[in-house]
Amino acid sequence: MEYILEMNDIVKTFPGVKALDHAQLRVRPGTVHSLMGENGAGKSTLMKCLFGIYHKDEGTIRIEGQEVNFTDPKNAMENGVAMVHQELNQALKRSVLDNIWLGRYPSRFGIVSEKKMLADTQKLFADLGINVDPTVIMSTLSVAQRQMVEIAKAVSYNAKILVLDEPTSSLTTPEVDHLFRIINMLRDRGCGIVYISHKMAEILAISDEVTIMRDGQFISTDPAKDLTVEEIIRRMVGRELTNMYPPLEGEVGEELLRVEHLKARYQKIHDISFTLSHGEILGFAGLVGAGRTEVLETLFGIDEKEGGDIFLDGEKIRIDNTSDAIRHGLALLTEERRATGIFGGLSILDNACIANMRQYKNRVGLLSDKKMIHDTNWCVDAMRVKTPSIRTPIRSLSGGNQQKVILGRWLLTEPKVLLLDEPTRGIDVGAKYEIYQLIINLKKQGKGVIVVSSELPEIMGICDRIIVMSGGKIAGEVTRENFSQEEIMTLAAKYV
Amino acid sequence: MTDEEKKNGDLSTEAATPDGAAAQVRRNPVQWLGYKWNRFIENRKKKWNDFKALDKKTKRRKVADWLLNNALYILIFLFVIVVFAYNQNFLSLGSIVNIFMQSASRLLMALGVAGIIVLTGTDLSAGRCLGLCACICASLLQSNGVMNKMFPGLSFGIWLIPIALLISMAVGGTVGAFNGFMVSKFKLHPFIVTLGTQLILYGAVMWYVSLGQNNSAPIAGLAPEYTKLVTGGFKIAGVQFPNYLWIVLAITVLMWIVWNKTSLGKNMFAVGTNPEAATVSGVNVARTIILVFAMAGLLYGVSAFIESARVASNSTATGVNYELDAIAACVIGGVSFMGGIGKIRGVILGVVLLQLVNAGLVFLNFEPAIMTVVKGAIILIACAIDMRKYIAKK
Repeated sequence: MEYILEMNDIVKTFPGVKALDHAQLRVRPGTVHSLMGENGAGKSTLMKCLFGIYHKDEGTIRIEGQEVNFTDPKNAMENGVAMVHQELNQALKRSVLDNIWLGRYPSRFGIVSEKKMLADTQKLFADLGINVDPTVIMSTLSVAQRQMVEIAKAVSYNAKILVLDEPTSSLTTPEVDHLFRIINMLRDRGCGIVYISHKMAEILAISDEVTIMRDGQFISTDPAKDLTVEEIIRRMVGRELTNMYPPLEGEVGEELLRVEHLKARYQKIHDISFTLSHGEILGFAGLVGAGRTEVLETLFGIDEKEGGDIFLDGEKIRIDNTSDAIRHGLALLTEERRATGIFGGLSILDNACIANMRQYKNRVGLLSDKKMIHDTNWCVDAMRVKTPSIRTPIRSLSGGNQQKVILGRWLLTEPKVLLLDEPTRGIDVGAKYEIYQLIINLKKQGKGVIVVSSELPEIMGICDRIIVMSGGKIAGEVTRENFSQEEIMTLAAKYV
Repeated sequence: MTDEEKKNGDLSTEAATPDGAAAQVRRNPVQWLGYKWNRFIENRKKKWNDFKALDKKTKRRKVADWLLNNALYILIFLFVIVVFAYNQNFLSLGSIVNIFMQSASRLLMALGVAGIIVLTGTDLSAGRCLGLCACICASLLQSNGVMNKMFPGLSFGIWLIPIALLISMAVGGTVGAFNGFMVSKFKLHPFIVTLGTQLILYGAVMWYVSLGQNNSAPIAGLAPEYTKLVTGGFKIAGVQFPNYLWIVLAITVLMWIVWNKTSLGKNMFAVGTNPEAATVSGVNVARTIILVFAMAGLLYGVSAFIESARVASNSTATGVNYELDAIAACVIGGVSFMGGIGKIRGVILGVVLLQLVNAGLVFLNFEPAIMTVVKGAIILIACAIDMRKYIAKK
């Protein structure tokens, strides 16, 4: 048996789209196999076909040489195939124990044996080196810990094949290291691990083999040691992508925004002071939980302020709620696109125009369709959104295109200051470059941009200056000449 | 953009923006209708050709999907045929107009509830609210010299009619705004809030009918000027078209405008789809919720003004369970409980279909027990079909 998992010639068609066109994935036992491709390349669809969430139209799936056709994820789990999803689907109000044994509680005569559950879980956690109390409620854990729990759950099914979908997107470096130790342990036990991620460095560090997909088709499978970042990107994109980041153009001008002693009532941020100039891209770096998102949301009027002054072009302004912020020319692209960005069922038009309603009112207060259609078309063209129509519900677009629509929504409000929270999270390489270009164009127009990002290369690639946060405080500031990963990481750990 | 993308983009944006295209060329209404009609035919032809191009298996699945998604309408259509076969009078002009009149009297409440359902809410207090408003209208508009007139000191005059309407709307609007306030400020589920309000309103109406000389009796003896204004009208071919039809029509148009052409409407759909994202986008979520509930309340107020004259004798039982019919009509008409989905024309369709079924069952001489069971079944089927659209996409 050469392969533990073999997916051959998988075809899956959705109305109007061929999502998978003879896709292929072959994983050897005892290896970490990375599956790569741009968003929309069909990675998730392929995995959903494996787990029976989607029913494939054609093709065969073999596990240890046996053909299988799982009807649902539970069925797959019971046959040793487990997946840790990018968005964790957990019962947050229940305990860690309940989550791990959900659907298969050890019971006798219908009475669940808590004792056995606890003992088994403790053994499992000790085995994997996970330091979590199994009796606590899930929602009290950090994202990293929840991810560990999910992996432990997969292990507890004696998974032979474990699929990890973007497991590190919200983890800090030590957490990633821990995750990798667990992955290596599972590999040494002979599991086949399918690893999906957009982070190139990680892929090359952890994987044995890499399969690349593009537009639903299989492109190549190679040992990771034979590949370089440039080569992977070239195959994913299907063209040469010489630079990860566009050149930083445009001059930094006069002071645009000054924030003094900002404090939030319910969020852990202390005494935040900084300035932002016209034509400047200011980065906010820091570990997860350092309070970067909270600074943006407090500034924008989502979280309640307790104190602090905000000056825009030298004038003191007051922002009590989001509509104040928008009126003063602020715009906020939120971190969680699905949760707080898009209106899934509504059309692109509605999504693009929602923040800008005031401008579409005519004399009697009715909205002008003509203006809205015009602006939406501008948005689709300028952002290069790939969509069949502006009436298409936004949820049927890929993540990158959704992000472009939301960025377009904010540009329509003609903001002076853009607050971008993880603007490229979960977006493929090609679209990332386009978004960087858009950000730099905004800089050239003299707008001030604040970028929060957990990816250091990204934030170092496109920012003029970086403020590093740690434990809810500003730990320091680095200018472009002095950018270095070491410097930033040292500052990020200052108040932890 | 690559050539292929451009081609795709062009094809679809053209189809997607008929308004934009229509606005560029000035057409008179007749030409415009012709243009629209041609477009419609073209689209149908294109769709048919697309369909023909599919392979057999997909074709079969498409047809099956279509049948399932429209199962409710198909069933109702079959039902109409059965009733018609049993009793030809069912589709006589008089009967049809009657169905529409019944629908019109229920439509306003359904339009109000529909907005709340778009916000992922529901309103259990609508019926009681209508009942209270109807009793208020009736008490103010009794004829002079009626036995046990509720407020004998209040001598009837034409000027009291608009005042009664305004008071009714004010009461309805206040109740609605209160509901909305509780929902938005205390983050309570509308189900709970309106369950409570419904009881409070019941108490209020019991207290109200005990006032004056009424002694909790049904309030009857309404001034003929008032009842004529609402239920009177002209006759065509021996069929009466009452005046309230025009009131309902005007308000329906108004509601269509609010839903589709105002920022309140857009915000309502946004809040119903994703309240968090709406907050970030500068939408005042609390204000939107309160306004939508208040708007529903105003509609109940107008509806009560009409209903009070229609039923002629108002008591604590007036309006009870009307909200259930209204909610059912919304569901039948495709206003989704998932929130953010619904159309005015859907609500109208839902109300008419529900009345059609009601009337049909009467024509079949069914017992009330069976009629109620059938109505319940229809609501379940409608909900199941609605949910199917969200869960079956695999």
